[in-house]
Amino acid sequence: MALLFDYALRQADSALILGHRLSEWIGHAPLLEEELALGNIALDLIGEARALYAHAGTVEGKGRDEDALAYRRDAGAFRNLLLVEQPNGDFAVTIIRQLLYSAFAHPFWRALGQSRDATLAAIAAKAEKEAAYHLRHAGEWLIRLGDGTAESHRRAQAALDELWPYSGELFETDAVELALIAEGVAVDPATLRPEWERTVAAVLAEATLAAPAGEWMQSGGRSGRHSEHLGHLLATMQFLQRAYPGAVW
Amino acid sequence: MSAEGLRERALAAATAVVDPEIPVLTIGDLGVLRAVRLAGDTVEIEITPTYSGCPAMRVIEIEIETALRDAGIGKFRIATVLAPAWTTDWLSAEGRRKLAAYGIAPPAGQASRRALFGADAVACPRCGSPATERISEFGSTACKALYRCRSCAEPFDYFKCH
Repeated sequence: MALLFDYALRQADSALILGHRLSEWIGHAPLLEEELALGNIALDLIGEARALYAHAGTVEGKGRDEDALAYRRDAGAFRNLLLVEQPNGDFAVTIIRQLLYSAFAHPFWRALGQSRDATLAAIAAKAEKEAAYHLRHAGEWLIRLGDGTAESHRRAQAALDELWPYSGELFETDAVELALIAEGVAVDPATLRPEWERTVAAVLAEATLAAPAGEWMQSGGRSGRHSEHLGHLLATMQFLQRAYPGAVW
Repeated sequence: MSAEGLRERALAAATAVVDPEIPVLTIGDLGVLRAVRLAGDTVEIEITPTYSGCPAMRVIEIEIETALRDAGIGKFRIATVLAPAWTTDWLSAEGRRKLAAYGIAPPAGQASRRALFGADAVACPRCGSPATERISEFGSTACKALYRCRSCAEPFDYFKCH
């Protein structure tokens, strides 16, 4: 059960942190329509996170609910991908981050829909449909940015160069995942790599962008070694529960 | 009251609860209401979210509670279920008609698992013209996209296939 708790927590943390990052655009997005889009995507992700945290808390059996897991753990206990905690940057950075994550999340949730853990499978079946929209949104924006003006192209390429080293972590596995893959509970991310590469390559080609050649990749999110950005994010996100522990609406 | 009478009354009350975001639709029309059954003398109700992050779920729960109490039913449980995942295919014919009359284009066709690319072909709910274009993949709520009619120039919401 400890393995399943850890696995559910990883997916929940990535969804929550990315959802929170996107919510930071509220009031700052370049267009009203885009503000609505980013807010809606954030809601989807936070909704996915809530269901996953609730499941993780039940599996753990120590009485921790979704709020306890989201608001009362420090950075070292978070298991999200480093990619999703990276700051929003300019709009191109946000869209590249969305593309790299969503191109993975869409086939990931589809595959997890076959999990032998019924709750994970149910959450995944909903998330798959949401990820399809998220992927389409990011892909269409990136084509407009990359194949847009000289300035938007320059920024999109810079964003891709900056975030590319965080894409390797999507496909990492460790002892927790290997054990759950063997049980048919978890998805082997290596099996998703060809589809992810095809999707990303197709979008980049249309966007006239080039994937960086370097093979060195960042790593650490799954073991709680995060970039300095996560602590700052949590300081904002967890403020209310830190200042007023147990506060409810 | 007979058990079946109680269930019928609970079903009628719960089905008629309206969606807080789209007040022309009931949760029965939407397919958000999944089950109304009896466990002894307790009414058990199951609802399912349209999208994982749908903020209307808690409000819908409160509305169901109110509707059941108004119908004189005091013993009930409301549970949220995730499987099977909600789809616009469950939207009733009556629901589609009400959406269009309200100015929201109903989902065009069946839900599919396609991601990249292309938009659905959507007719304008005001003038019926098929010459429409998508402004944004996301409208005022997660379940809607924003479109514009090139014939009558009106912007409108489209209830996305999902």
